[in-house]
Amino acid sequence: MKLETMYQEIILDHYRNPHGHGLRDPFDAEVHHVNPTCGDEVTLRVHLDGSGPDAKVVDVSYDAMGCSISQAATSVLNDLVVGRTVGESFDVLAEYQKMVQGRGKVEPDEDVLDDAVAFAGVAAYPARVKCALLGWFAFKDAVAQADDNAPELEEHQ
Amino acid sequence: MTALAPVTGATLDVEKIRADFPILSRTVRDGKPLIYLDSGATSQRPRQVLDAERTFLETSNAAVHRGAHALSEEATDAYESARSRIAAFIGADPGIETSEIVFTKNATEALNLVAYSMSNATFSDDPAAQRFRVGPGDEVVVTEMEHHANLVPWQEFCRRTGATLRWFSVTSDGRLDLDSAEARSVINERTKVVAFTHQSNVLGTVNPVGTLVERAKAVGAYTVLDACQSVPHAPVDVRALDVDFAAFSGHKMLGPSGIGVLYGRRALLEALPPFLTGGSMIELVRMEGSTYAAPPARFEAGVPMTSQAVGLGAAVDYLSEIGMENVHAHENVLTAAALEGLQAIDGVTIIGPRTTEARGGAVSFEIDGVHPHDASQVLDDSGIAVRVGHHCAWPLHRAFGVQSSIRASFHVYNTLDEVAALLDGVRRVQDFFARDGVVL
Ligand SMILES: Cc1ncc(COP(=O)(O)O)c(C=O)c1O
Repeated sequence: MKLETMYQEIILDHYRNPHGHGLRDPFDAEVHHVNPTCGDEVTLRVHLDGSGPDAKVVDVSYDAMGCSISQAATSVLNDLVVGRTVGESFDVLAEYQKMVQGRGKVEPDEDVLDDAVAFAGVAAYPARVKCALLGWFAFKDAVAQADDNAPELEEHQ
Repeated sequence: MTALAPVTGATLDVEKIRADFPILSRTVRDGKPLIYLDSGATSQRPRQVLDAERTFLETSNAAVHRGAHALSEEATDAYESARSRIAAFIGADPGIETSEIVFTKNATEALNLVAYSMSNATFSDDPAAQRFRVGPGDEVVVTEMEHHANLVPWQEFCRRTGATLRWFSVTSDGRLDLDSAEARSVINERTKVVAFTHQSNVLGTVNPVGTLVERAKAVGAYTVLDACQSVPHAPVDVRALDVDFAAFSGHKMLGPSGIGVLYGRRALLEALPPFLTGGSMIELVRMEGSTYAAPPARFEAGVPMTSQAVGLGAAVDYLSEIGMENVHAHENVLTAAALEGLQAIDGVTIIGPRTTEARGGAVSFEIDGVHPHDASQVLDDSGIAVRVGHHCAWPLHRAFGVQSSIRASFHVYNTLDEVAALLDGVRRVQDFFARDGVVL
């Protein structure tokens, strides 16, 4: 059934026990993103070491109010980008965005996406794509604010 | 409609009505019958409305009030006839020359028209327009339960004019607080405009129009009624309500989208400066300046929507044939069943009045531990269409301490079986998210 395809157990697990939740110091930038159609909100901080694509993501901390999809997506974000470089993180984001916006026609690259592949089912429900992207776009924005030399993210529409 | 008592016993042949709405027989999500409980956002259209639009477009389509050829005359007649029937439907003057009905794109545009036209009075050299002048020291009153469409235009109006925005707050049971010490002074001698909703699109609350109009009149303030959720669902007579302006949208009353209505007392429309300017709204144009047509043309710049007006005319014919008393009585039965059924489910909280007293058929609620977005996804999987989010009433949700809610809303084509399906759906939501015995 389609519904279970979207609400994978792994998503519900992240929702129940979000990873890296809470706002922490130190941080280089803090952003606040809102989904104006439903009122979901996330406040997100990044802490980087270095500059440009090779900068390391030392921490992503966040405080979020929202549905299971948006909460779980932010939790998975934390898992996937902390400890990586900004360049690698943006590669994951690009692949993730391509998948969730792909209307189910994009074959996700599991090697790049790891746990985030669980969000493939979201692509069947266009109204939920924004939920899946809320935290990730906040991350992209926070990196851009933290570092003038942050790489541009490839746009997939 | 403020004092209609709860009615028991449905009076309509709903199956016959449903047969007029082609969309209601479709299935969604792998073959599940559509259960459409989102008429508060937009209603569905009967064949009679669709046919009226198609017939108009196939036989009489032309730009109205322009040109003197046969089609142009027929189109103009169809357009003006719709205006006249819509006027009669809400108790306004049905006369062509004396019309109090202005066509707009939707209610949002109608409310902006009032706000912008009033603030344009500040720049008008027409002595008649001076009665609308508002400036620093003056006040505009709204309520905390307004749809953004009747809130943001007044915030902007205050920013332009220097006036101060004040508001009535909402009590925990979903009524306007009109009687506390603070509420008593909200409308005062500085008040110039009182803009409020007839029926809340979230709470279902029907506001006491009479009380508010009386207080506004006592201080000489204009009243602006957001009738978006009342005109589609119950008999509304703007003259009996004694408001100065009222706004509603075609798409919520079985009519087309792309058309809304502003009602204004004739004398006020005659004094009000225009909002949008250009073709069709002028009397005389010279390079140095222009003068403007009488209302309603003054407020209908450019070639207007025509098939939509014709469609809305057909919608009010359709509703009149059923009878708005009957529409209201039917929705009352559905609302009562929904309120009772939802309150009987553990972990469900209604946002708004819990009985049908002075209340219409928008039923908003929360399910403990389940985000509304997730709840609606499970309902949708059962074919049930509800609205989730803040329903364009963010301050109201904030007042209730919630981020968003689930709203079921009804129209004349909904049935008690569909209410029962909603209740089953809510239980399924609870089961789904309580998997593994863990309530999220
Ligand atoms: C109470 C109320 N006011 C105003 C509006 C705005 O209507 P529209 O979006 O058709 O302009 C709506 C509907 O969304 C409403 O429910």
